[in-house]
Amino acid sequence: MIDLTWKIGGEAGYGIMSSGLIFAKAALRSGYFIYDLNEYPSLIRGGHNTYTVRISDGEIYSQVKPVNLLVALNQNAIDFHKDELSQGAALIVNTDKVDQEKIKISKGVNLFPVPLIKLAKEVDGKEIMMNTVAIGASMALLKGDFEVLTEVIKDFFKGKEKIEELNIKAAKLGFDFIKNNFNKIEFSFSLPKKNRDNGMLLTGNDAIALGAVKAGLKFFACYPMTPINSLLAYFAKQGPELKIVYIQPEDEISGINMAIGASFAGARSMVATSGGGFSLMTEAFGLAGITETPLVIIEGQRPGPATGLPTWGAQGDLRFVLHAAQDDFPRIVLAPGDPEECFWLTIEAFNLAEIYQAPAVILTDKHLGESHQSVADFEDSKAKIDRGFMLSKDDQLKEYKRYQFTENGISPRGIPGRKGFTFRANSDEHNEYGFSNEEAEVRKNQVEKRMRKMETLAKKIPNPNIYGPDKAEFTLIGWGSAKGPILEAQKALETENVKTNFLHLTYMNPFPSQFVADFLKGKKNVLMVEQNSTAQCAGLIRERTGITIKNHLLKYDGRPFFPEEIAEKVKELWK
Amino acid sequence: MEIDKFKTEEKVTWCQGCGNFGIWVALRQAFLELGWGPEDVLLVYGIGCHGHMINYLNNYGFDALHGRGLPLAQGAKLANKNLNVIVIAGDGDQFGEGGNHFIHAARRNLDITCIIHDNQIYGLTVGQTSPTSEKGFVTKSTPHGAPDQPVNPISLSLASEASFVARGFSGDVKHLTKLFVDGLKHKGFSVIDVLQPCVTLNHLNTFQYFFQRVYKLDEAGHNHNDKISAFTKSFEWGDKIPIGLFYKEERPILEELLPQLKPEEKSLVDQDIYNIEIKSLFEEFK
Ligand SMILES: Cc1ncc(C[n+]2csc(CCOP(=O)(O)OP(=O)(O)O)c2C)c(N)n1
Repeated sequence: MIDLTWKIGGEAGYGIMSSGLIFAKAALRSGYFIYDLNEYPSLIRGGHNTYTVRISDGEIYSQVKPVNLLVALNQNAIDFHKDELSQGAALIVNTDKVDQEKIKISKGVNLFPVPLIKLAKEVDGKEIMMNTVAIGASMALLKGDFEVLTEVIKDFFKGKEKIEELNIKAAKLGFDFIKNNFNKIEFSFSLPKKNRDNGMLLTGNDAIALGAVKAGLKFFACYPMTPINSLLAYFAKQGPELKIVYIQPEDEISGINMAIGASFAGARSMVATSGGGFSLMTEAFGLAGITETPLVIIEGQRPGPATGLPTWGAQGDLRFVLHAAQDDFPRIVLAPGDPEECFWLTIEAFNLAEIYQAPAVILTDKHLGESHQSVADFEDSKAKIDRGFMLSKDDQLKEYKRYQFTENGISPRGIPGRKGFTFRANSDEHNEYGFSNEEAEVRKNQVEKRMRKMETLAKKIPNPNIYGPDKAEFTLIGWGSAKGPILEAQKALETENVKTNFLHLTYMNPFPSQFVADFLKGKKNVLMVEQNSTAQCAGLIRERTGITIKNHLLKYDGRPFFPEEIAEKVKELWK
Repeated sequence: MEIDKFKTEEKVTWCQGCGNFGIWVALRQAFLELGWGPEDVLLVYGIGCHGHMINYLNNYGFDALHGRGLPLAQGAKLANKNLNVIVIAGDGDQFGEGGNHFIHAARRNLDITCIIHDNQIYGLTVGQTSPTSEKGFVTKSTPHGAPDQPVNPISLSLASEASFVARGFSGDVKHLTKLFVDGLKHKGFSVIDVLQPCVTLNHLNTFQYFFQRVYKLDEAGHNHNDKISAFTKSFEWGDKIPIGLFYKEERPILEELLPQLKPEEKSLVDQDIYNIEIKSLFEEFK
């Protein structure tokens, strides 16, 4: 079985992110499963960047700790990561930046000194392409197929022929340097090309973008903020082709209000931001609630409060999103765990937002939003579009009550400009016609009507997934992006004969209270795994089921969970 | 009367003699003159006494958040470019909470109209100072006189690149109607700041005050195609207060600059979303 982790580290500003992605794609196209992880500080230049690619011939769900092949572009990369190297690992050292004599690494690590800058300069006189040289060298060490790498580079720089050509040259120099200078390569990992189609390499953001397109997104307003920037770049670029309007608003307040306006007018609309931007959006979040305007909000979490750790990950906004804005109103909160779920839950969010005429939030985070995973092509023909109780222009109406009291709480939704009737949406409390009204009875009825929509939906949500046997010694619970590391931890524990099952939550509101209560009943060894400091989801479970989960594995340093940490915690608790 | 088709049955709660009445009448008159029906117009309202008009006009309406009418209106217009979209704002609403949105809406230049009910005071919250209150003005929040220099809606509009900038007076409905008609016809972002006396709370800037001071720019020979003259006129406020069109320019609207909204394209809201093909999008991720 092949399971290899490759890592490149160096100074920000040297294109580490693109080279990492090129390498990951080359591995994908060689027929492997991929999971990658990039880390970068909130700086353009100078900080330390890394890109880690895990490659396997079996399914994988997250990064793991040991690094088997490290490319060190500078001394820092060795100092920071040498302890991550596995027994038998290889280290490609940039001899133009690192003094070979001074390298202290443990026995069992094989050193491959390569003059990356000298080789890069042979191509175009500059050092910038040393990354590409390093990718070529890595491919050679892994006995990979250089043709595949060439094809990836070509596609990556499509339309920029000169750059494409230079990069292929640089990769070839790196590749040949290894072939020509090390006749006996002491490194047991290899990536022979396999005849398997492993689909696409997607981040959570990519999958959300594809889901939104499929769902019929027409209007997207998004103010830049890590970790959702790749979403706005996608729609800024593809918008004209896809007939989707992307606007960069002056701020997030404007963005969400624009999206509410577009949705009121009848277009499927979305905004995306992180916790800071969502803070600015909260008043309008409530506006969508009281005016019953559908809206999809992507909230990519990062550690806070305020600016926090801008380029790192967290799951600290669950409570915030569940409670944001004054008073009660229906809101849908979904937390996908991987790109596949990002795609399907985005489509679901658009449908639910329109069926229940309410805002729907998708909680992601830096880790899910920006890490790539290999995903089989989506069977998107299975997607259904449901726009809910929407009046058509052919409906003949004598009178129209936009906020009609109904049993399930859902009132007929009109679209302005379709002749036959006018109506109004009102942020003031209103009567069934939408006229401002402060009578106690009207107010009470409207609140109840709105909240009935949530009750209606609560009865229809799917059960959460349980991974592993129904009955197991130990139970793990996680939500959103903790999914991958927990699945990997289960695999690791299984090899040690420790049997676990794992409850993964994606519907945070409405919450599958009864299911969770039934599932947890009588279970003694339960561990909640989440990325915040107060176990927000454990608190939510207690609130909704009355069940207290005593054991928590919490992480709030901005770094994602590693499966090893989870497995260790299980053993520490119960072995 | 034909104008009544734009009216609802709701009880009007503005104070007797409120400057909002003149705007309400002029707007309906303008719709008539433009040949529009109730269903041709979406009005987006801010929060304040002005915003109560949502209950009195029989058009499509959206009562938005305090200061946030403009973004909401822009979203609606982008989604349905065939809709005539008007923002009804207050001076506090637009230049306090909504100041940033105003600047950016102006430079973005969508084909929408922003009407500001400028009574130089906070009406609905019963009498605090507003961004357009005159310096030294005594209100509940400025018992010792407002210390700040007021915002100048006209020069701010000009500096923000609004393509149609006018001032009206709700005491002159005929003139105001003409401004509304011109502003609504204008292709681009039109601002009409309307002097709208608050008879209950503002005892300085009264109808009388304005009747004595206002004069019409077109009658005074002002060239509304010249931005420098428009700026010069915008600073005039004292014994003489100009009303009418300060500035107008033709420049491409945002709708024309976005290929997906070109005239030959359907509005976003009219596009089929049931059968969207995405397989071709998978390629770039392989
Ligand atoms: C976010 C927010 N802050 C404050 C208020 C309270 N508020 C309502 S109207 C208003 C000011 C009204 O003044 P103006 O915009 O000039 O409108 P007018 O009532 O004079 O028409 C204020 C402060 C609010 N509704 N929302």
